[in-house]
Amino acid sequence: MRKQITLRLNDEPRTLEVQPNDILLDVLREKLGVKSPKIGCERGDCGACTILLDGKTVRSCLILAIEADGHEVMTVEGLSRGSLTPVQQALLEHNSFQCGFCAPGVVLAATELLGDNPHPTEQDVKEALSGNLCRCTGYQSIIEAIIDVQEKASKSL
Amino acid sequence: MIPSAVAEIAGFCMQVTRTRDPPKSGRITATKPYPVHLMKNGSSKHLEVVGKPFRKVDASAKVTGQTKFADDIVLPRMLYCKILRSHVPHALIRKIDTSKAVAMPGVVAVITGKSLPIPYGILPVSQDEHALCLDKVRMIGDPVAAVAAIDEDAAFEAMNAIEVEYDPLPVISSIQDALRSPGSAHMDDNPSRTGGPQLAGENKEAWRIHGYGDHGNVHKMVALEFGDVEEGFKQADLIREDVFFYEGNTHLPMEQHAAVAQVDGDGKLCLWSSTQTPHYVHRALAKVLEMPASRIRVIATPNGGGFGGKSDPFPHEMIVSKLALLTGRPVKVTLTREEVFYCHRGRHPVLMWVKTGAKKDGAITAMHFRSFLDGGAYGSYGVASTYYTGALQTVTYKIPNYKFEGVRVFTNKPPCGPKRGHGTPQPRYALEVHLDKIAEQLRLDPVAIRKNHLVEPYSLTSNYLRVGSMGLAACIDKVVTASDFKNKFRNLPYGKGIGLACASYLSGAGLPIYWNHMPHSGVQLRLDRQGGVCVMCGSIDIGQGSDSVLAYIIAEVLGIDPFDIRVLTADTDLTPVDLGSYSSRVTLMTGNAALEAAERARDLLIRAVSEKMNIPATRLSLSGGRLFDVENPETSISFAEAVQIAEARFGTIGTVGSYTPPPSAGKYKGAGVGPSPAYSYDAAVAEVEVDPRTGIVRVERIWIAHDIGRAINPALTLGQVEGSVYMGLGEALMEEMSYRTNRNVVHKFPSLLEYKSPTTLEMCDVKTFLIEDPDPNGPFGAKEVGQGPLLPVPPAIANAVYDAVQVRIDEVPITPDKVLSAIQKRDEKQEDEGESANGGGTGITRGVEEPHRYGPKSVPEVDWPEPVRVKPPWDGGTGKEILREAVHARE
Repeated sequence: MRKQITLRLNDEPRTLEVQPNDILLDVLREKLGVKSPKIGCERGDCGACTILLDGKTVRSCLILAIEADGHEVMTVEGLSRGSLTPVQQALLEHNSFQCGFCAPGVVLAATELLGDNPHPTEQDVKEALSGNLCRCTGYQSIIEAIIDVQEKASKSL
Repeated sequence: MIPSAVAEIAGFCMQVTRTRDPPKSGRITATKPYPVHLMKNGSSKHLEVVGKPFRKVDASAKVTGQTKFADDIVLPRMLYCKILRSHVPHALIRKIDTSKAVAMPGVVAVITGKSLPIPYGILPVSQDEHALCLDKVRMIGDPVAAVAAIDEDAAFEAMNAIEVEYDPLPVISSIQDALRSPGSAHMDDNPSRTGGPQLAGENKEAWRIHGYGDHGNVHKMVALEFGDVEEGFKQADLIREDVFFYEGNTHLPMEQHAAVAQVDGDGKLCLWSSTQTPHYVHRALAKVLEMPASRIRVIATPNGGGFGGKSDPFPHEMIVSKLALLTGRPVKVTLTREEVFYCHRGRHPVLMWVKTGAKKDGAITAMHFRSFLDGGAYGSYGVASTYYTGALQTVTYKIPNYKFEGVRVFTNKPPCGPKRGHGTPQPRYALEVHLDKIAEQLRLDPVAIRKNHLVEPYSLTSNYLRVGSMGLAACIDKVVTASDFKNKFRNLPYGKGIGLACASYLSGAGLPIYWNHMPHSGVQLRLDRQGGVCVMCGSIDIGQGSDSVLAYIIAEVLGIDPFDIRVLTADTDLTPVDLGSYSSRVTLMTGNAALEAAERARDLLIRAVSEKMNIPATRLSLSGGRLFDVENPETSISFAEAVQIAEARFGTIGTVGSYTPPPSAGKYKGAGVGPSPAYSYDAAVAEVEVDPRTGIVRVERIWIAHDIGRAINPALTLGQVEGSVYMGLGEALMEEMSYRTNRNVVHKFPSLLEYKSPTTLEMCDVKTFLIEDPDPNGPFGAKEVGQGPLLPVPPAIANAVYDAVQVRIDEVPITPDKVLSAIQKRDEKQEDEGESANGGGTGITRGVEEPHRYGPKSVPEVDWPEPVRVKPPWDGGTGKEILREAVHARE
C-alpha cells in the first residue's frame, strides 16, 4: 500500500509515493537525493540525521515520511545556496570539524538555536548541541564558533 | 615589487587563538617563534604556509554537507547487501540452508563461506579471518551468509530467511577462562579443578577458538629483558608492585562502515570503502578473490571518523566485491550501528602487573611489566598490540633495566585491535598511576619524580628506541605552571583534586605491516602549464587533515596558495602507495614524501628559469604565486609562466617523492614494534570534582602540553589535541565494551545511547599548549599529534581522583560505583579501627599503610617463556639479542 505525499524540500515542491513505514531519513537520502542528513544510528541517539521540519530540528530517522506530508523540510543543501550562512561561516573559520560527518546535524541544530536565541551563553550552546554526538573534536571548536556568530553579528552593527 | 606573499596568504588564514578565556593570551603557545626553514639546497626561506592556521582544504565541503562518504554513493542498477551474522558465540556450523532466501522476490544472489574460502588478516602471521565463516563461528556477529537484492528491505527479508544450524562449542569469555581452558600449556586439563570454564564432555580441541597460536587459547606470548632487572631491583631503595585493569572500549566513529563494489565494463573491480588502509584492503582483496591486484582498484572514501576502527580489511568489503563479480551489478553495504560494535577492533581490555625499583630520589633502577590482553575472536593487529603494551614505557623516564612479558588470549568476543594509541594507553595509565604511588611513598613531588629522570633527547633507550627531539620537560613546566599545580596538589578541599601524568607516542611505525624494503609513503606531483598543481598520494583523510597537510607542504615549497592545489588521494589506481592512516604516521611520512616531490619540482622550475633568464639559481625563489629574483625583486614571473618555461625545457613536469623510515636500532626478535622516526611527548594536568556521596567524577579542566616538533598547522594541531583529550576523557570515565556473561557474551548495549560517550555537557574545558622542538626526521620538524595527547588523560584523571578523595581507582573506566565502593570501604574501616587489613589494596606492596583502592587484586600465574635478552646500549649492547648459549653460560 503506497501513499502519495507532497512536501516542500528546501523550498521546492516534491511529490512522491512512499510506503507507510518508510523512514523520512531513508526517503530523503534514497528517493530525493539529499545526502547531507547522515545515518549514524537510526534510533535518534546521534543527531547526524537532523533536519529542520517547519523550522524545528527533528531527527529524520525517528519520523515516517508520511508525517512530512504537507510540511516544509530543510536540509543543509537548502540552507546555503552558493554562499555560507553566518553559522557555516563561523564553523568554517574556526576549523570546527574534522571528519565532518556530524557537521550537517550540528549546522542545523546551531541554526535553530540562534534563530530562537541570538545571544546564547556557552551553557545554552552546550545544551542545544547535547544531542549531536561528535567523536573527533571534543566540541570545543564547535561551541566557540557558534558563540562567535553572535559576537561577529554584534560587531557588525 | 616584492610579492607580499604573507599578506596575500593571510587572507586565507583564520584566527587560531579561538580562545575566550583568558582573553589576552591564546590557548596556543609556542616556545619558539616560527623560525626560518633551512631548505635542503641550503637556501633559507621564511615560512609562509607552515605554522600558519589555515583552514582545512576540505573545510568548506564539511560545513555544506557536501563531503561524499561511502554510503552517499549511488550507482545505476545498484544492489543492496545484508549480512547474516552468528547469534551464538562459539559453534560449528552444521548446515546453512539458503533455499528460501534465494527464492524470495528481489533477491539476486546469496553467498556463504564456500564462495570466499581464502583466509586473510591484516598481519601476515594472523591470516585467521574469513569473509564468511566456513565451518565455525567464533563470536556473536561473525558473518555467515550474505544477500544481494534490489533494495534494502528485500535483502533484509531474505537474510532472515536463511537457516543456519549450529553445534555449540564451549565459550571462552575472559582472560582467566582462556588461560585455564583445556589445551593451554601448563594448565590442568580438568577445568573444574582449576576453576576454569566448565562444560562437560568436550575434547580439548573443542575449547580452542583457533587452531594456531602459542597453545590452547593463547594467541601470543612475548618476553623481553633489557639489562638485568633482578640486579636493578637490588640497587633500589624502594620496590613497589601494583596491579591495574584497563577495560576495553571502542572507536565509535560517527560514520558506520560502508562499501560499494562495481565491476567496470572491462571486467576490473572497483571498491569504494570507508577504510583507513586502502593499500592493505587492496592486498587482501587480491588474495581472497584470487584476482590479480592489477585488476582491482580500491578507493578510500573520506572516513567519517576512524580512530583505528577502519584499519583492518573487513568481511563486508570482500562480500560486496564478490557479489558484484557474481551479479555484474554494483553492490552496496552499510553496516548498522550494532554491526559496527561487533566489528570492533578497539581497545584491548588489559590486565597489568608492574614492579618497579626506585632510588630515594625517584630514579628508576629496574622495571618489570606484565600485560594480559583479552584479544577477542581474531588475531587482527593483536601481535603488534601485545608488543605495544610493553614498548613505550622506556621513552619517557630512564629505565636502565627493563623486562616485559605479555600474553594475548583468544576469547569469543569481537576482536580487539588498534584504537587511538594502539596498545599504549593501557600501560601508560598503569605506569603513571604507579609512579604517582611511588612518589607518595618516597615523599617526592609528582612533578619532580618525573622531571628529574627524563630520557635524554637524541638518545637510545634500554630497548633500543631512538629518541630524537624530546620536549617533555617543557610540557611539564607549561601545565604545572598554568594549572597552579604546586599550590593545589594535596591542598584542595576534600572532593576536589588535581593530578599529573605524562606520555609519549610514535610518529609512525618504523616498520611496515608486511615485510618489505620499499617506501612507506609515496607522493606524485603534476604541474600544469596553466599553473595548476595536482598532488596524488595513497594516504586517506580520516578527518585528521592529511589532505590539508599535503597541500600546505607543497604550497610552502612551491610558493603557491594551498587552496589552488588539487589533492587526489587514496585511490590504488591513481595514487602511489601510502601504507595508510594509522600509527600517527601520515604527517611525518607522507609529509616527507610530499616535501621531496615538491622540492624536486621547485628545482626543475628554478633550473629552467635560471637558464632562460640568465639568473643564478641560488637567487631565485618561489613565493606568493610568483618566481622572483631575490636580489632584484622587480624581476618576477608568475608560477604558471615558470611552469611553461620548465615544460618547454624538460617536457611534462611531474615529480615523485617517497619516504622510508630510518632503520631501527634494535635487531632482536620483537624489535619491530616500538621504533619510530620521532616520538611526540605530552604532559597533562586534570582538575576534578568528586562527589563522595555519589561517586560521580566531574573533570573540570585539563591543561595539556603537546610536543609537536613543529606544527604544520597550529589550528589543526589544536583540534587533534582537543579531540584526543575528549576521547581520553570518555575512556577514563565512561566508555566500556561490556558483555553479558553466562557463556553468552552478547554485547550489553551496542547503541550510541547506552554506550556512554561524552556529549557537550560532559566534555571538560581544555587548555592546550604546543611545544615546538623541531625533530630532524619530521617535515619542517613536525611530529605526530593525533594519538599522543589521549595517553596522559586517563592517568591524570585517576591521580586527581586520588588527590580529591584519597582512594585509588586502579581500573578504567572510573565509574561512580567504583569510586563509591572504595570510599565506603575506607569509611567502614575508619569506623571499625579494630580491623587490621589495609585498603584491601594491591595486597602486594607491604610494610606501608596503603590507601583504599578499587581494582584487580592479582594477575594469573603464567609460565612465561625464557625472555629474549638484550644488553642495553650503555652496557656494550649492539641491539642484538644475547645468544641463548651465552645466557646459559653466564648463569
